[in-house]
Amino acid sequence: MSILINKDTKVICQGFTGSQATLHCEQCLDYGTSLVAGVTPGKGGQIHLDLPVFNDVKEAVSATRATATLIFVPARFCKEAILEAAEAGLDLIVCITEGIPILDMLEVKMRCDNLGVRLIGPNCPGVITPGESKMGIMPGNIHLPGKVGVISRSGTLTYEAVKQTSDLGFGQSSCVGIGGDPIPGSSFIDILTLFEEDSETEAIVMVGEIGGTAEEMAAEFIQSNVSKPVVSYIAGVTAPPDKRMGHAGAIIAGGKGTAEEKFKALEAAGVHTVRSPADIGKGIGEITGW
Amino acid sequence: MNLHEYQAKELFREYGIPVSNGVAVNSSLDIKKAIEALEGDRWVVKAQVHAGGRGKAGGVKLVHTVEEAEAFAEKWLGKNLVTYQTDETGQPVSKILVEECTNISEELYLGAVIDRASQRLVFMASQEGGVNIEEVASKTPEKIFQIAIDPIAGPKSQEAESLASQLSLSESQKKQFEKLYLSLAKMFVEKDLSLLEINPLVVAADGNLICLDAKINIDSNALFRQELLAEMNDLSQEDQRESLASKWKLSYVALEGNIGCMVNGAGLAMGTMDIIKLHGGEPANFLDVGGAADPERVSEAFKIILSDENVQAVLINIFGGIVRCDVIADGIIEAVKEVGVNVPVVVRLEGNKAELGSEKLSKSGLNIINANGLEEAAKFVVKASKGENS
Repeated sequence: MSILINKDTKVICQGFTGSQATLHCEQCLDYGTSLVAGVTPGKGGQIHLDLPVFNDVKEAVSATRATATLIFVPARFCKEAILEAAEAGLDLIVCITEGIPILDMLEVKMRCDNLGVRLIGPNCPGVITPGESKMGIMPGNIHLPGKVGVISRSGTLTYEAVKQTSDLGFGQSSCVGIGGDPIPGSSFIDILTLFEEDSETEAIVMVGEIGGTAEEMAAEFIQSNVSKPVVSYIAGVTAPPDKRMGHAGAIIAGGKGTAEEKFKALEAAGVHTVRSPADIGKGIGEITGW
Repeated sequence: MNLHEYQAKELFREYGIPVSNGVAVNSSLDIKKAIEALEGDRWVVKAQVHAGGRGKAGGVKLVHTVEEAEAFAEKWLGKNLVTYQTDETGQPVSKILVEECTNISEELYLGAVIDRASQRLVFMASQEGGVNIEEVASKTPEKIFQIAIDPIAGPKSQEAESLASQLSLSESQKKQFEKLYLSLAKMFVEKDLSLLEINPLVVAADGNLICLDAKINIDSNALFRQELLAEMNDLSQEDQRESLASKWKLSYVALEGNIGCMVNGAGLAMGTMDIIKLHGGEPANFLDVGGAADPERVSEAFKIILSDENVQAVLINIFGGIVRCDVIADGIIEAVKEVGVNVPVVVRLEGNKAELGSEKLSKSGLNIINANGLEEAAKFVVKASKGENS
């Protein structure tokens, strides 16, 4: 078992023929991802990485029966690309692109929710089920099939957590980078729910960072809904408060959002927190006795 | 990206949102002409900086004569204004806004921001407008009224009505408020704002609503479609190193410590700062080289880090996912040769082509300390910053 993707998940890539997409799709294919086609408007009919290219998502889906898409489209076109995927009936959209305007994301998020499509990202490293399938830009070789579920808002900190749990031999069931944007497609809570239900996942690593209240909301959720042990690290204890221009941001946040605040909320919910990003793997060992 | 008050008010006028008549000037020589173009016998002069708290810091003044206004302009133009929202150096003043004076009967607060929690554009209003609004929000949050806008359906008149009633406005003021609300919401979306604040929104002595102050932040990710606004950016309001960094698509924030940091990814960059601190060191900066670091950018990042004379040691922490560690290593070697680094440099490479990168560094013959893992890297660099050998 795994969450979100496995070796049989048929994946297409939007923005397929671009240089970043090409580089990472090659690596996904090497990893074993069942990547079946790509989409680049105007390049339909071509063959790229030995796979067919289609002009739009609908065509690609009806020809391949893909259920998931990996998006590398430039930020200014991402809103349309995500909505196109959502309306084409895919189950899972993973968007790697960073720099999408926040107002675009407000609308995208609401429409995806209304259609019942799961969106991961944007501005994220993607999703991987070690040993089976990789939809993203993470280095595959640091992963090890195993029993820790990893969720993170930060790309490279996810790799840090993964490497530590691999080095200690625990391995990962699945790893999900939910992305660092203010309006992510999926929240900590969405992914915690999946890990709680997943029989392969025996412990969970949650990596957060300053800003917003997603970690505080996750803490509340964990307290009453997650029975599996959770280890958490929050980046940014030493980060200076943002230079501010007005008060509106502070008023809406209501004094929440600092790393200390998040650590406190998580500890109160029974989460095992670590203060050093180098202690994430060790924390899992301590809390599980592995 | 931030706008100055005078720029924000130009935008307000474009949307028919009521603001005081005013003129922005660059020199005290232009004050007289500005005042002649305005009505009334007293005016408000306001130093234009990207920071709140100007009133308390002496950057806003009521004047009764041209001479008084000129003296204010001479006092501030070319100087830095320090407020509780700036650092100790403050922000440079290069423009003064001269405005007609409004007789105030009541000060309200109106703000709008994208709320991460509800994932909506949220308007906030309060009868307790003015300088102490943050205190009002923390001590008596029930005095801040909020309304969320559906991103697909857009703003609704009923939302304005509901806020106006909570603000206890009169019938005619409610009509003005509705127009104001709908125009602001339209502007927020059309101009890709990320924050909008009017503090105070006043009820004037004649009963009309007028926006006395205006703060606007624009979503930097949307500047590709907001070319006119992008041109309004006043780079003098930004830290010089920070704006140089952003030119190279590096994200840099200067800090007080002595350990320069270069990291890929914002989360790991913060994590690196945290672990340096845990080992008794102090980071000199936050620097995220981003996902597409090439040798040239690594080299520029190096120069920016070293331009801070407090830096006693540098830690480079790269976990290659998108970026290749061997490419980073080339950049480091190039930069060390070019810039002539005379502080210890600790490098930790992990992930994509990390072994090749480490090999390149070892063979370069340069004084670079290779570290194995994040913990070791932090220990090494903290020691090095204190002049100790690892």
